[in-house]
Amino acid sequence: MHKYILRRLLMLIPVMLGVSFIVFTMMYITPGDPARMMLGETAAPEAVEQLRSELGLNDGFFTQYGRFIYNLVVHQDLGRSYKTNVPVMTEILGRFPTTLKLASLGVLVAVIIGIPTGIISATKQYSAFDNVSMVGALLGVSMPNFWQGIMLILLFAVYLGWLPASGFSTPKEMILPAITLGTSSAAIITRMTRSSMLEVIRQDYIRTARAKGQVESVITNRHALKNALIPIVTVVGLQFGYLLGGAVLTESIFSVPGLGRLMVDAISSKNYPVVQGGVLFIALTFSVVNLFVDILYAFLDPRIKSQYK
Amino acid sequence: MANVNPAMDGKIPQADVKIAKKKRSQWFEVWLRLKKSKAAMVGLAIIVILIFSAIFADFIAPEGIDDQDLDRRFVSPSAEHFMGTDHLGRDIFSRIVYGSRISLQVGFIAVGIAALAGGSLGAIAGYYGGKLDNGIMRAMDILLAIPSILLAISIVAALGPSLANVMIAVGISSMPSYARIVRASVLTIKDQEFVEAAKAIGANDLRIIIKHILPNAMAPIIVQATLGVAGAILSAAGLSFIGLGIQPPNPEWGSMLASGRHYIRDYWHIATFPGLTIMITIFGLNLLGDGLRDALDPRLKN
Repeated sequence: MHKYILRRLLMLIPVMLGVSFIVFTMMYITPGDPARMMLGETAAPEAVEQLRSELGLNDGFFTQYGRFIYNLVVHQDLGRSYKTNVPVMTEILGRFPTTLKLASLGVLVAVIIGIPTGIISATKQYSAFDNVSMVGALLGVSMPNFWQGIMLILLFAVYLGWLPASGFSTPKEMILPAITLGTSSAAIITRMTRSSMLEVIRQDYIRTARAKGQVESVITNRHALKNALIPIVTVVGLQFGYLLGGAVLTESIFSVPGLGRLMVDAISSKNYPVVQGGVLFIALTFSVVNLFVDILYAFLDPRIKSQYK
Repeated sequence: MANVNPAMDGKIPQADVKIAKKKRSQWFEVWLRLKKSKAAMVGLAIIVILIFSAIFADFIAPEGIDDQDLDRRFVSPSAEHFMGTDHLGRDIFSRIVYGSRISLQVGFIAVGIAALAGGSLGAIAGYYGGKLDNGIMRAMDILLAIPSILLAISIVAALGPSLANVMIAVGISSMPSYARIVRASVLTIKDQEFVEAAKAIGANDLRIIIKHILPNAMAPIIVQATLGVAGAILSAAGLSFIGLGIQPPNPEWGSMLASGRHYIRDYWHIATFPGLTIMITIFGLNLLGDGLRDALDPRLKN
């Protein structure tokens, strides 16, 4: 098991190198001179040229990429923001906890809605509850979350005045962003829970449990759900990563001061080191979460544990 | 939908008629199964209406895409302006009708790019195996490590916002799933006897992949593509929403929504209708995609 975790951690290195290469290449091909952007449009050409050589922008692509990786690995340095001249790492670390909190709350909303709805739908297949929740789930997947956010603001902030339309510091302010971000994941988790449960409750051991007179709720929760959990956990893990990405849109709707909003602002002001660092950071988190999900399998299913060598 | 039944497009040479007949019956059966699903038919109807309004937008829309009239700004939905007018006095319904052209284009072309590029890579990886397979699939893993909306955002940020770049960005970001699906299908098919037979009569690899393997791997690709169009339209709308997509005055649904957002406190209709249109479109595609999956592989149906 330890060996397996270690091997998976080592496998993260080439993946992150690949991600950094893609992100760096994209920034490299982006038109615009970083030195000029830092100094402003009115700067003297000599000053721009001097900064270019200081930053090493006249070097070849691979030299620059090598330096980027070296600085990142050795000094945990992602460069400086063109706009504020603050190290990108500092800016990201200041914003990331907020995004992580938002994504976690989103996943929480999704799990609280998705898993119970999926279980009831599966145990009462083709009932009115099942039909309504399946249509609801499909609508949930189909709704663009930026639109849903605006509609929630319209209803709860503008018309009813119950909840604030923006911000993310008090629990009350967190409700709408978390629901907005979590809805589509709730829908996906509902669908996955339902189909996974349906597969399991047709198994012989469920019939056996029933035949020996086991209470229905114990059958559902202990016999069926436990065995149906693997695909559900996979989807929850994937959704977490998806929500980290989706937070970009949600944060800009509710003016949440997170990493996503920082990146959207950075994109519109062509502040590429911030964009680059943000993408890298989210990709790393996403990969770590996926690794964590794979390790969790072992605890859910002893059969898988024996394969992890 | 036309692509449900490729055997009926009339391009089959005489010599292949026999095979075509068999093929037709296979796809015809899929269609019969699909027809039984009310949900899939509702989805198909939504998509057909949308395609219809994209083609005949000039006749359906009462006004053009950028007919501004500052005397009638923020008109609420009425008999004259079914969905009201926006902050520049443009008829929202007309813009939504024209917007269907952009959204459908983005949806289909982005999925085309993703399926073609991802599918080819997946087919090569699955067919040749070994180091090539490993290399291609690890590259796909790297793309998968970046949440797709974020990948699309960074690609458009690098290339600059335009319709073509949105299609490319959304296409590239959804490429890995096609590579994985096609590779998996190719792996199960490539060792079957009819492939061996084709090899024995001297068919080259390209012919084997295109003529013998891919047609037998179509079912999951079609399902993924249908659901993929929905995802692509959503991503493109999201990109436009943060100002990275199709630029004004072009009536992209996401950017219409974004501009209406500023007036939400006083004029609800500007942001509501474009969003509702996106939702119904995606809903239709999802219904159809689910139905197709059940029809193409009845074993999967719960």
